[in-house]
Amino acid sequence: MASPKSAPPGDVVRLALHQFPYDLRAFLRNPQSRFFTLALPVLFLVIFASVFGGHNTVKVAGGTIDTSVYYVPGIIALGIIGASFVNLVISVTAQREAGVLKRRRATPVPAASVIAGRALTAVVVAVVITAVLLVIGWAAYHAHIPARTAPALAVTVIVGALSFCCLGYALTSVIRNEDAAQPVTQAVMLPLYFISGVFIASSVLPRWLVDVGNVFPVHHLVEALLTAYNPHTTGAGFAWTDLLIIAAWGLGGLLIALRRFSWLPRGG
Amino acid sequence: MDTVIRVSALRMRYGPFEAVRGIDLEVRRGEVFAFLGPNGAGKTTTVEILEGYRRRTAGEVDVLGEDPARAGPAWRARIGVVLQESQPERDLTVAECMRLYAGYYPAPRPVGETLELVGLAEQADAAATRLSGGQRRRLDVALSLIGDPELLFLDEPTTGFDPSARRAAWDMIAGLRALGVTVFLTTHFMDEAEHLADRVTVISDGLIVAEGTPGTIGGRERAAAEIRFTLPPATGLADLPPAVRAALADGEGEGRRLLLRADRPLTVLGPLIGWAEARGHELPDLEVRRPSLEDVYLALTANETAATEVP
Repeated sequence: MASPKSAPPGDVVRLALHQFPYDLRAFLRNPQSRFFTLALPVLFLVIFASVFGGHNTVKVAGGTIDTSVYYVPGIIALGIIGASFVNLVISVTAQREAGVLKRRRATPVPAASVIAGRALTAVVVAVVITAVLLVIGWAAYHAHIPARTAPALAVTVIVGALSFCCLGYALTSVIRNEDAAQPVTQAVMLPLYFISGVFIASSVLPRWLVDVGNVFPVHHLVEALLTAYNPHTTGAGFAWTDLLIIAAWGLGGLLIALRRFSWLPRGG
Repeated sequence: MDTVIRVSALRMRYGPFEAVRGIDLEVRRGEVFAFLGPNGAGKTTTVEILEGYRRRTAGEVDVLGEDPARAGPAWRARIGVVLQESQPERDLTVAECMRLYAGYYPAPRPVGETLELVGLAEQADAAATRLSGGQRRRLDVALSLIGDPELLFLDEPTTGFDPSARRAAWDMIAGLRALGVTVFLTTHFMDEAEHLADRVTVISDGLIVAEGTPGTIGGRERAAAEIRFTLPPATGLADLPPAVRAALADGEGEGRRLLLRADRPLTVLGPLIGWAEARGHELPDLEVRRPSLEDVYLALTANETAATEVP
């Protein structure tokens, strides 16, 4: 329910920045959030790089890279989606069903501040996970940290995190209750991880599966991260087409969220 | 007198079902106003319209000089809302919840002072989700007061409380009056309304069925008094004075415990007591009472059709 008399933009930003540290603190204190969002991507990188790494290589644009190195951007994509989509859907749905969003709605805080403050937490967590995975890749698998393409990598992480936040708010608006949030997000994301080059390199997947994956934003996030991360990439490493497709998905999510987002419990 | 809430001809329709069927309300500054009604009577729907959560189908609503459906943050800063069902913010302490909400308001009350007001100062550093049911409700009230509101909505604030927690909550709500806060209290506990409210309005089946003070609502002050006593040993109905026999309630003349009804109780009590004293009877269980607010309420809402609860 948007109030026709809305707050001045300065207040929206100030209150989003007020909201942000509380959401971040709540995130860090929650054991489930810490395990699924922070620890699991690290665990996945170690497992996939150990099982499929070693002397194997993967074909990428401009040459080949070690399989263990290939997994770094793929698992970064998983980490970004975990922080900005999975965790956001679960926590926002829980807040809605607990009446927390409804109670906040009775205060003068603008809706945009509550939404943006939570999204900022997701973006910051995504950036931290990316940094941690980059360092692990560098320390354990001798993957370089791409200094030349760092701006492209940073932009990709932020565009990806923001777009998946929007998709998360869109999905939240159609999930009826807290219990459904976890299985629904996993049911959406797990198959996409498999066909988008996160767990299995796209170069070894059948063509038609790659084509299916190509439709969805997960694949394009993996591709954009790989472009910025791939040592064979020439130039600044911006995968503009992929970024544009991710942003278009985000915008679509935002439009759904604006129409459907609910502050009141659904109680379904 | 200064009016804080004015509602006229309010209607709310959900599809074919009309939950609120044209009601008028007026709440004055500084009073505790109790809004009573059974589940499904349109109580929560009405409150949610006043709070700005729902858009009405028809009618005029004015809360603190604005239409809640169109009011903005400046209006929200002047109201406080305690929802019927809401859980604390997860993974934050009591003091953190308070500081989060304090930041939402332009001129908040001090956090420590507000926690003291609701009796939660000792729990400031406890995780909000670890609080007991009664303490959580106190936190809800503290959060609703942090913005220093002029008008506070309390939706069934003591549902699920044990009697001592309810008493403590009542003391707290009574204390709000000292702050000059106008309280719109929704409840289905008659004793709660009787204890706290200056004025009471009863809604049933989407319509207002009675308004008044707790003492006068539903013609309570004019209703017949009930007089009960047990016939002393070795006496019969025929021994009673005629004025007493005339007041016997229908069908109550069978056992030895008698029920009399009297619009003017002294006209019955006088002869009864004179008769008992003259014969040396004690009448140890003599009882005189007005119908309770609960009796009045049940009579008023007895015609309630089985309305369905609307989300």
